[in-house]
Amino acid sequence: MDKQYISDTDGQRTYIFTPAQLSRIEAVLAEDLLDVGVHSVTLIDMAGNIISTMDNGENRHDLYSLAALAAGNFGAVSTMAGLIGEEEFSLLFHKGKKENIHFSKVTDEFLLITIFGKEVSLGFLRLKVAEATEKLVIALKPGS
Amino acid sequence: MAIINLKKKEVQAKVVYYGPGRGGKTTNLEYIYKKFRSRIQTEMVTIKTHGDRTLFFDFLPIEIGRIKGYDIRIQLYTVPGQVKYESTRRLVLRGVDGIVFVADSLAVRRKENVLSLKSLADNLASYKKSILEIPLVFQYNKRDLLDEGIPLLPVEWLEKDLNSKLKAPSFAASALKGPNVVQTMKKIIIMTIDSLRKDLT
Repeated sequence: MDKQYISDTDGQRTYIFTPAQLSRIEAVLAEDLLDVGVHSVTLIDMAGNIISTMDNGENRHDLYSLAALAAGNFGAVSTMAGLIGEEEFSLLFHKGKKENIHFSKVTDEFLLITIFGKEVSLGFLRLKVAEATEKLVIALKPGS
Repeated sequence: MAIINLKKKEVQAKVVYYGPGRGGKTTNLEYIYKKFRSRIQTEMVTIKTHGDRTLFFDFLPIEIGRIKGYDIRIQLYTVPGQVKYESTRRLVLRGVDGIVFVADSLAVRRKENVLSLKSLADNLASYKKSILEIPLVFQYNKRDLLDEGIPLLPVEWLEKDLNSKLKAPSFAASALKGPNVVQTMKKIIIMTIDSLRKDLT
C-alpha cells in the first residue's frame, strides 16, 4: 500500500505505518534480536505508543504500561543529561534478577526497548541492538 | 503523535488531562478506571509521591472499540499539577493528540487555573503545537461542593477566564461523584479521532 507516512494537520502529526513497512520492522526485530535469545523487543515512539512488538511467546508483560513508562523514563533521563551538560547518556540499562531491560534511541522520535535474561550478555546485546538500530532507521524513513 | 497501524488496523492516540494541582485530574482517571474496569485489561499506572500527589504521571490505556474498521486505543495520561513540576508536565505532553483541561471550581483557585492554562499553551508551543488548534475540552470540576456551601466560581466566570478565546466544549463536572466525567472523556475522544479521520481510509 502506497500511503504517506507522516500526516500533518493543524500542527498535529500522525505517523502512518504501512503493512509492508511494519513487516520490515518486524523482520529486523525478529532476526536481529529475538533470534539471539532476547525475551521481547518493542519499538515505541517518544509519546509512549507502540509501533511494533515481538516476543518469544513466553512473555506476559503489560506492554502498553511499559511503553508509557519507558517513554517517560527516557524523557526524564534525557532531561537529566542536559542538566549536567551531556547531550545524552549512551547506556540506558536496568539489571534485574531474572530480567534486564535495555533502552536504545533509534531516532529522535523512536525508542527500542529490549527485555532479556542471563543467556545474553550486555555487550553482545548492545552490538545486536546497534545493528538492528541501523536497519530500523532505514525502515522508519518516510516512504521506505 | 498518533500512530496508525495499517497492518493491524489499529489507532493509538494520547490524551492528556492537564490543570492546576489538586484540581482532580487523577480523580478523573480513577473514576474512569472504576467505571470501565471490565473493559480495561491492565492496571492503572500511577507515579506518586509519599504524600499521594502525582509525581510524574498517571496512565490508563482504554480500548473504545472500532471506528471505520480501526481498533481505537486511547492512552489517557495526567500531568503533575504542582507548579514546581513544569519540566515533567512538558515531558508528558510530548506527542499529545488531545487535551482535557481540568479547572478547579474553588473560588480561591481562580488564579491557579489561569496560570495553568498559560503554562499549557507555552508547553504546547515548545512542541510547535497551538492550543488554538489541538483538540481541547474544558472540565469545570468540583461542582458537587456547591451543595456543601463551599464558595465556587460560577461556570460563566470560568468560561470567561479560560474559554472566551478558545471556545472549546466545556463540562461542569464532579470527578469524585461522577457527573460529566465520562461525557468529558467521550467528547475529547470524539474530537481527537475526528482530527485523525482523514487518515483513516
